[in-house]
Amino acid sequence: MTERTRIPLHRDPKFRALVIQILALAFVVYGFYSLFQTTVDNLVARGIQTGTSFFDEVAPFQIGFSPFFDYKLGESTYIDVFFVGIQNTILVAVLGIVAATLLGFFIGVVRLSPNWLISRGALAYIEIFRNVPLLLQIMFWNFAIFLPSLPAPKNSIEMGAFYLNARGFHTPLPVIDDSTGFALWMAMLAVLGVGLIVFARRAKVRFQETGQQLPVVWISLGAIIGGGYILYLIAGSPLIFDEPVLGRFNFKGGGQLPLPLFSLWFALTLYTAAFIAENVRAGIQSVSHGQTEASHALGLSRKDTVRLVTIPQALRVIIPPTISQYLNLTKNSSLAVAVGYEELVAVWAGITLNQTGQALVIIGMTVAVYECLSLFTSFVLNWYNKRIQLTER
Amino acid sequence: MADVKTFVPAPDRAPPSSAVGPIAWIRDNLFGSIGSSIATLVFFYLFFSYVPPFVEWALINANWTGSDRSVCEANAAGACWTFINVRLEQILFGLYFASNPDELWRPTLIFILFFALLLPLLFEKTPGKKWLTIALLGVFPVVFYFVVYGGYFGISQSNTTQWGGFLLTFALAFVGILLALPIGILLALGRRSELPVIRSICVIYIEFWRGTPLITILFMASVMLPLFFPAGVEFDKVVRAMIGITLFQSAYTAEAVRGGLAAIPKGQSEAAMALGLGYWRRTVFITLPQALKISIPSIVNTFIALFKDTSLVSIIGLLDLLNMAQTTARSMEWKGYDIEAFLFAGFVYWAFCYGMSRYSQNLERKLDTNRRN
Repeated sequence: MTERTRIPLHRDPKFRALVIQILALAFVVYGFYSLFQTTVDNLVARGIQTGTSFFDEVAPFQIGFSPFFDYKLGESTYIDVFFVGIQNTILVAVLGIVAATLLGFFIGVVRLSPNWLISRGALAYIEIFRNVPLLLQIMFWNFAIFLPSLPAPKNSIEMGAFYLNARGFHTPLPVIDDSTGFALWMAMLAVLGVGLIVFARRAKVRFQETGQQLPVVWISLGAIIGGGYILYLIAGSPLIFDEPVLGRFNFKGGGQLPLPLFSLWFALTLYTAAFIAENVRAGIQSVSHGQTEASHALGLSRKDTVRLVTIPQALRVIIPPTISQYLNLTKNSSLAVAVGYEELVAVWAGITLNQTGQALVIIGMTVAVYECLSLFTSFVLNWYNKRIQLTER
Repeated sequence: MADVKTFVPAPDRAPPSSAVGPIAWIRDNLFGSIGSSIATLVFFYLFFSYVPPFVEWALINANWTGSDRSVCEANAAGACWTFINVRLEQILFGLYFASNPDELWRPTLIFILFFALLLPLLFEKTPGKKWLTIALLGVFPVVFYFVVYGGYFGISQSNTTQWGGFLLTFALAFVGILLALPIGILLALGRRSELPVIRSICVIYIEFWRGTPLITILFMASVMLPLFFPAGVEFDKVVRAMIGITLFQSAYTAEAVRGGLAAIPKGQSEAAMALGLGYWRRTVFITLPQALKISIPSIVNTFIALFKDTSLVSIIGLLDLLNMAQTTARSMEWKGYDIEAFLFAGFVYWAFCYGMSRYSQNLERKLDTNRRN
């Protein structure tokens, strides 16, 4: 009988794995500990008391743009500044995402057009806008184009009830005039919506049983726009439009997008659309030609081929990188600090930090907001990837 | 053997004249359908109403020479490139070298050396690529330090607060990619490690930096970094920005390398294991070289993003290419020529990024040996 040789401890993989991990953990913990210790020492030496007590102090500066919160100089506190910042970040992100998606899909589709000129034009757009730094583009539109060339409020460019001038873009804003009428309208719209859902289900059942299709999308669209307007009249027109009126210095009333927001939105849209267009192009090209040919062979019309065969498969490739682009757009909105739009980084990590000197808390909170957005995005991405994996064969 | 009749095909007939030639091309590609024809006309309309006036302004009527703004004011219908011309040294090399004309050879030498090392590397058949790469990544940074920063061998020390222009943009991007590469490789290996603690540390690091906007990281680097180090240890602004950029970039590099590692078939490392190679030898000799090769296009893409992102240092007050161009256009002497400043800076960024992206696309096509179509 041979005696089994024992593996020496330092060659045992399990033991080695354990030691390496303990060492790594100890190293990281020690690193954080010493970082924390020196930071505390430094703060003490500089006489800065780190804490959250400054949240309730009144913020000594004005924030001009806050569409959903009331911000008042002399009343609002620093923590209000934080929330106003988040609000403005989300606002420009949503505006940018909507516009960049529309423009990006348009350019991505046009890029594959059989028309040589149009396709080259789209290519030129993509190559120009994604290869120039976004910050440069934002400053270019704001400082070199819009600010010098847009007129003063007195000579605003008029587009119906919309006005564009060097202060920003002014729009009429619907305001609820008659609240019972408005509630009635909303209730009727809800009933209409439920009716349309029932109708769509029926149409689907009918399609599966008989193979006959109803134009569900067009009927729904017509019902929502036309029916919605008729119901609005029935409810007694419960909204009035608050139109911008020229005051002494600028327009008053209505909604307004200040020029920095307008420039930022414009630049973010053009920049991100170039990336989304590339995703769209790659997605459409990823659907193999055999799919199109097979669906033609099955007798599907060109329109149905695109709608039922190409797009569903292309979207699977398009959506994940496009969601990452949405996150990038949101992070890039922090460049607003260069043109003075009052979003999170500008008012919180910029002005508030300068005023209070609370670097640790302020930068920590700023980073935390973006980390939450990023975690949320990867959560959505994982969910989507899992969902399309299940339907894959 | 009997006579074998060979089939000799008659020469091809020429295609019908309506299917070849420029007219057919125009018909197929520009007026293929009603929609396409309308699109072509709209395109022509937009093109001819915007592009010729722009070309006229930017090239034909432009002012190129002269030494002050009177030239441009006399001919206001054209762009004022005079201003770029006069301040070129400042915009390219920053205030320090622009104000010491005797020292201008230093940045010039550095850029010549850089391109002399880089350009041969872009061609496939250059001999001794390995040595060139080592020279570029190992020797060049040392030369850069001694020549541009100076302080030794009788070369006067330059003040980093006066660094600026394209030189600063270049330095930030180059340091970023150089330091981020090894860190990124280690992080990518860590993220694929079988040890849960190592893996989690790397995942947290990567996701943390990827989730934060660079501008926040630069703010962090400029206001919080001094707090993290014991009193007496001080970095100047440029070094702080470099640290922030490196931390940020290493996370992106790690993801690019991880993509390459994931594409290596498992058989490679299993075969190496069967040969008795341990983890490090397996990684260094078998998997990593293959992974790095296929991840070069994605690394170049992250580098393009970094190159554009270096412009953010202008927000924390460094005079990089963008900020230098803008500051010059705001000076008393050249006030009002913002468009020219932005266009020039934009063109420099564009030329580099476009060049790099073309290179990375070519490489991708070359590496993608099992293409579908």
